[in-house]
Amino acid sequence: MPGRDLPGCFVYRTLDDLDAITAAAARAVGSRAAGRRSAVVVGGGLLGLEAARALRALGLSPQVVEIAPRLMPVQVDDGGGALLRRLVEAQGVAVRCGVSVTAIGEQRGRLVGRLSDGVELDADLVVFSAGIRPADALARAAGLPLGERGGVLVDARCRTGDEHVWAVGECAALEGRTYGLVAPGYAMAEVVADRLLGGDAVTTPADLDTSTRLKMLGVDVASFGDAHATAPGALEVVVDDPVAGTYAKVVVGHDARTLLGGVLVGDASRYASLRALVGAALPADPVALIAPGGVELGTEALPDTAQVCTCNAVTKGALCAAIRAGAHDVAALKAGTRAGTSCGSCVPLLRTLLAGAGVEVPTALCEHFGFSRAELFEILAGSGIRTFSELVQRHGTGRGCEVCKPAVASILASLGAGHVLAGEQAALQDTNDHFLANLQRGGTYSVVPRIPGGEVTPAGLITIGEVARDFGLYTKITGGQRIDLFGARVEQLPAIWRRLVDAGFESGHAYGKALRTVKSCVGTTWCRYGQQDSVGLAVELELRYRGLRAPHKIKAAVSGCARECAEARSKDFGIIATESGWNLYVGGNGGFTPRHADLLVSDVDTATLIRIVDRFLVFYIRTADRLQRTARWIEAMDGGLDHLRAVVVDDDLGICADLEAAMDSHVEGYADEWRGVLDDPEKLARFVSFVNAPDAPDPTISFGTERGQPVPVSLGLPEVAR
Amino acid sequence: MTAFAAGPRWEAVCRYARLQPERGVAALLGEHQVALFRTFDGRVHALGNIDPFSGSAVLSRGIVGDRAGVPTVASPVYKQVFSLVDGRCLDDPAVGVPVYPVAIVMGWVRVGLP
Repeated sequence: MPGRDLPGCFVYRTLDDLDAITAAAARAVGSRAAGRRSAVVVGGGLLGLEAARALRALGLSPQVVEIAPRLMPVQVDDGGGALLRRLVEAQGVAVRCGVSVTAIGEQRGRLVGRLSDGVELDADLVVFSAGIRPADALARAAGLPLGERGGVLVDARCRTGDEHVWAVGECAALEGRTYGLVAPGYAMAEVVADRLLGGDAVTTPADLDTSTRLKMLGVDVASFGDAHATAPGALEVVVDDPVAGTYAKVVVGHDARTLLGGVLVGDASRYASLRALVGAALPADPVALIAPGGVELGTEALPDTAQVCTCNAVTKGALCAAIRAGAHDVAALKAGTRAGTSCGSCVPLLRTLLAGAGVEVPTALCEHFGFSRAELFEILAGSGIRTFSELVQRHGTGRGCEVCKPAVASILASLGAGHVLAGEQAALQDTNDHFLANLQRGGTYSVVPRIPGGEVTPAGLITIGEVARDFGLYTKITGGQRIDLFGARVEQLPAIWRRLVDAGFESGHAYGKALRTVKSCVGTTWCRYGQQDSVGLAVELELRYRGLRAPHKIKAAVSGCARECAEARSKDFGIIATESGWNLYVGGNGGFTPRHADLLVSDVDTATLIRIVDRFLVFYIRTADRLQRTARWIEAMDGGLDHLRAVVVDDDLGICADLEAAMDSHVEGYADEWRGVLDDPEKLARFVSFVNAPDAPDPTISFGTERGQPVPVSLGLPEVAR
Repeated sequence: MTAFAAGPRWEAVCRYARLQPERGVAALLGEHQVALFRTFDGRVHALGNIDPFSGSAVLSRGIVGDRAGVPTVASPVYKQVFSLVDGRCLDDPAVGVPVYPVAIVMGWVRVGLP
């Protein structure tokens, strides 16, 4: 193609390619030219879509050009392709199918992609991800026969034209076709290994597992087995729900009894269990396997020969044998069988197998879920499930309890599921989150408006004082540099908050497992010893992380010099000014077992500091257990503080961009929860004392006076032995 | 639910539609404080609203769920779990709260008082 080597054109293959693309995207976004920066992605397959999504996240407007009539043409059919296109477009990625890029040109310092239908697309960069080109130069030079479209031609034994030369993986063209996936490579390697040992193994294209799953935000698509119903007499069963945004197809044999393959778009949560059934007898009617609310496939439906992990070809039988031999958790199963060590999509099935074998899973949250909080987070993030009912129906039992419901509510909040009292979420919340206030002795609530960094104006103090006086509330200064108003009855909360919100206050989230406060000393503005503006930073951080829900409460502080007046090292994250920047400490804790926070990074500038705190907090939210403070989380982490530093500072896992994006989306999506209630009559309607007497005060609540303030008085209800 | 048998005095409390699935509301019926819960299957249960462990009238604000299939509410104060069927505390069998009969008549939830 003319122009494919112009500056600004990239292939999407190696880590160096990705670095170059990231740098070019940053240059384009940073340029001062008018209009949005755009990119053309040539190829709408798995990698092309992944590249387009990444370019979008880098701030460009990507356009995907796919020569086939639909996206991911190898994996999905027309019906699935239509929905896939909608889902991809909803992510801000433009799609053009059925056209090809014929040339790349240059115009006024930008690139222009010319399409086969005459359209010209302006772009700042062009990324080619149109299929793999086999690295067959060696074979070519050696004069070995090649496939028509490249690759070293091999027969069913994976032997090339020379009987002493074998080829496996992406460079091998089995019966003329090459494969860019890991499972076929492993299968070919097994054939060669067997042959070298004197065996007679063979493989054909029909034997190779080409199952794939694309998981990115908002787009869940999978295909497995004979997805295009190429087997003679194969039947296709389709459930297409454009309203719900799901498309599911299973391909069955002519006898309608054997599962051959399928396509799932919009919701691929049944991928692992269906894929494992390929080649086996159907456990239920094919429609019921893919219909919403249909049959839930347990592992008992699988025959022993079914592959649970197709990446590494591990069967249910092998896994059950490993469990019987003493592999009693997922880690042991992974180590012993290699199942779940490649793409990881079968890990939920491993857990179900363990549970089915009567092995108690120690990380189980409660009787309703056999998963830890971190695992539930992965399930919710990966599956797109956004209600408790669907989650418990698919991955749990019963109707939940006071342990799992608030945990799921917290995860949903972290995944941006809207107001904590919206829809079914309201029923998951603890009483504190349900009334957005803290339940206290006697059944009254306390109210804490946010005072970022502990900085408050005289007018703000007067408002708080007037509200407390008018509603007869007890006031106390908290340890987090704000003011707690005690003794409010449920039906008073909206009127109290109306006054506070009108004066510019917002929820302090004192009631939630969430960011509480970022305490500060007075810093350089007033203090003779201060080295940095601790108040300014504390306010900025508190406003950035307000509303952030987590496995437990999060407290923070900023001190303006090493004298540490803000007691930052007793916080989940604490910051202490240095001469040239900031030191960041993490994992501090008061509570039952006090612990000083440990130094994570030193002498960083403010922008770097904030990015590292972003990563630290999102990593904590995603991986900690329920009610595990950061101190215990770091202690329990394999590798401890060093591992944490490797992940959130050095980006050893390559997840930092994702962690930062999650925090950015939290910051963008923040809205004051109390304002959300006051603006919504349906949510307001919950704030009544009695459903049949909405304004009648609870007769069991009564107050006396102590040191000039109201305090609760017990009415002497019968004492219960406990 | 023998709505018209002799015995309880039936009082209309609220429309059934006012009850949210898996959440409770409190009702004031003379000297009785009653907590009404609508479970996932659509049934309505009525217990005494006073949590015997804390003495506070707050059971209606607990989380509704189940323990081994028995529908339950957990006290929002110290989290003891009560059966919605018979009011028994499943964490301390010596403790329980009153249970009231419930009837749904013409879309209205009625509670039977002794």
